[in-house]
Amino acid sequence: MNKRKFQDKLIEYIFMLNGVIVVAALIAIFLLLLKNALPAFKEIRVVEFLFSARWNPTSYYEETYGILAMVVSTFMVTIGALVIAIPLGIGTAAYLSDVASPRVREIAKPVVEILAGIPSVVIGFLGIVLVGPAIAKLTGQYNGLNAINGSVLLAIMALPTIVSLSEDALSSVPKVFGEASLALGANPWQTLLRVKIPAASSGILAACMLGMGRAIGETMTVLMATGNAPAMPAALTDSIRTMTATVAIELGEVAYDTTHYYALFAIGLVLFVITFVINMISDIVLQNYKKKTSY
Amino acid sequence: MKKLSILFFLALAILFSSGIASAEMLQIKGSDTLINLVQRLAEVYMQKNPGKEIAITGGGSGTGIAALINKKCDIANASRGMQQKEVASANAVGVNPTRIAVAMDGLSVIVNGNNKVAQLTVDQLGKIFRGEVRNWSELGGANMPITLYGRQSNSGTYVFFMEEVLKGDYSSKMKQMNGNAQIVEAIKADPSGISYVGVGYVKKADGVAVVMVARNANSVYASPLNAADVDNGVYPIARPLNQYVDGTPTGDVKDFLTFELSPEGQAIVEEEGFFPLPKEYQDFNKKAGL
Repeated sequence: MNKRKFQDKLIEYIFMLNGVIVVAALIAIFLLLLKNALPAFKEIRVVEFLFSARWNPTSYYEETYGILAMVVSTFMVTIGALVIAIPLGIGTAAYLSDVASPRVREIAKPVVEILAGIPSVVIGFLGIVLVGPAIAKLTGQYNGLNAINGSVLLAIMALPTIVSLSEDALSSVPKVFGEASLALGANPWQTLLRVKIPAASSGILAACMLGMGRAIGETMTVLMATGNAPAMPAALTDSIRTMTATVAIELGEVAYDTTHYYALFAIGLVLFVITFVINMISDIVLQNYKKKTSY
Repeated sequence: MKKLSILFFLALAILFSSGIASAEMLQIKGSDTLINLVQRLAEVYMQKNPGKEIAITGGGSGTGIAALINKKCDIANASRGMQQKEVASANAVGVNPTRIAVAMDGLSVIVNGNNKVAQLTVDQLGKIFRGEVRNWSELGGANMPITLYGRQSNSGTYVFFMEEVLKGDYSSKMKQMNGNAQIVEAIKADPSGISYVGVGYVKKADGVAVVMVARNANSVYASPLNAADVDNGVYPIARPLNQYVDGTPTGDVKDFLTFELSPEGQAIVEEEGFFPLPKEYQDFNKKAGL
């Protein structure tokens, strides 16, 4: 008996240790970012950093550190990706959970999930040789290294997350919901649209948020496919440069302990804060929703 | 438990063996313009000297120089000279960079093969890349906007072109590409594009045209493909491609550098599309004992 108690305690502590390690890692990363980012503001004014669109640390004249164009670019490409991926993803999920025969589902779902395993460089390469030229043709531009290209590629990368998690959410809607709806005379389409999707909407929302997280933090694909021009984008056909791409391009060559070095960490900090806020908002939305629709 | 300990020792063994291997291996890092050339030089060198190992990675001149300063490589490839602040931060950590020139490059301005504009002055190039001239019709070409392609700021070519040609900032609309090969591909596909790459990347490229460049409107237009014009300075944007080492080269580093500068090494330089060193730089290298 004593031994068993000991084992229980031991396992309890091991699990607690795991939890503590995860939280500690998060806090450590945040502190590291903070420590390396804050010295940047000794030489850069915070207002200039956040609201100037001129980023040129290797300027011929005077170094400028303004991230507004990158923030706009990042949101442009992310929102573009979600506009494509969310309808497509929810549609696919609804098809897989409600329309497809079990055999089709058994094959199709793993295939969609394999899409998540394709390395981002490969997707970026596709953007250069395939998607870019196609977009150039469709939009009448001379080249396709622009925000649309990035959005399409990020949509492809966010799709598996959205499809897979939305499908799980739709499948876990209690069977009686659908049966009750059908029994009341609704057709399958009405049942799906008005009963099942609303019932699964917290899960679908979480899926979309995770998809957004995937898109906003993605680096290699946008770095390869969007042209990386540091100018403030005015249209979807403009070349853009995201926050992640800037850090990836410049961190390799920057001399340690310079303003430029700290400024790159400051970009990382801003990105961290943005993803943190997005996660928090989605958490609050989910909580509220669960309260309203608990069953 | 037994299995675990075996695994542990195996992991340890792998760690150590890789540690030993990397200690013997010469690490070269830096310029994307130099990477293919140095790779080829190293292949031939390793064939001739079994047992010697050289690892070469790119990342750009800035990355290579940063690695030399941080003592992460033995030789830094650089298509530009080291900046004063880089030398200062190297000295601060006890690294004394020595420059060796290994080849000459005629930095080539390229446009799409269908572009009619065949010659430009340095002044015009500056205006184009600063974003002051925005349409090909202003330069005698078709009526279409100019799309600028350039390298990223970790590139020595980016810095060299900025300092020697632009004497100002690049247009913020310039697309920043990740290496010479990507630029050549982009220019092939874009009829409105213009960019600059090391001459070694254009000799074998189809679908792109090399622009003749003149120092100013009154001087002759020269092509970077012409060795004589690059050597005697008629071509205005020629430059030496450098390697930096810490202190006076010795041992394996010196051995490899000597091979690069030998007639055989310089023949490979020509095969790869660059130009052998003129006497001026051969004399310069003698100061480093090579």
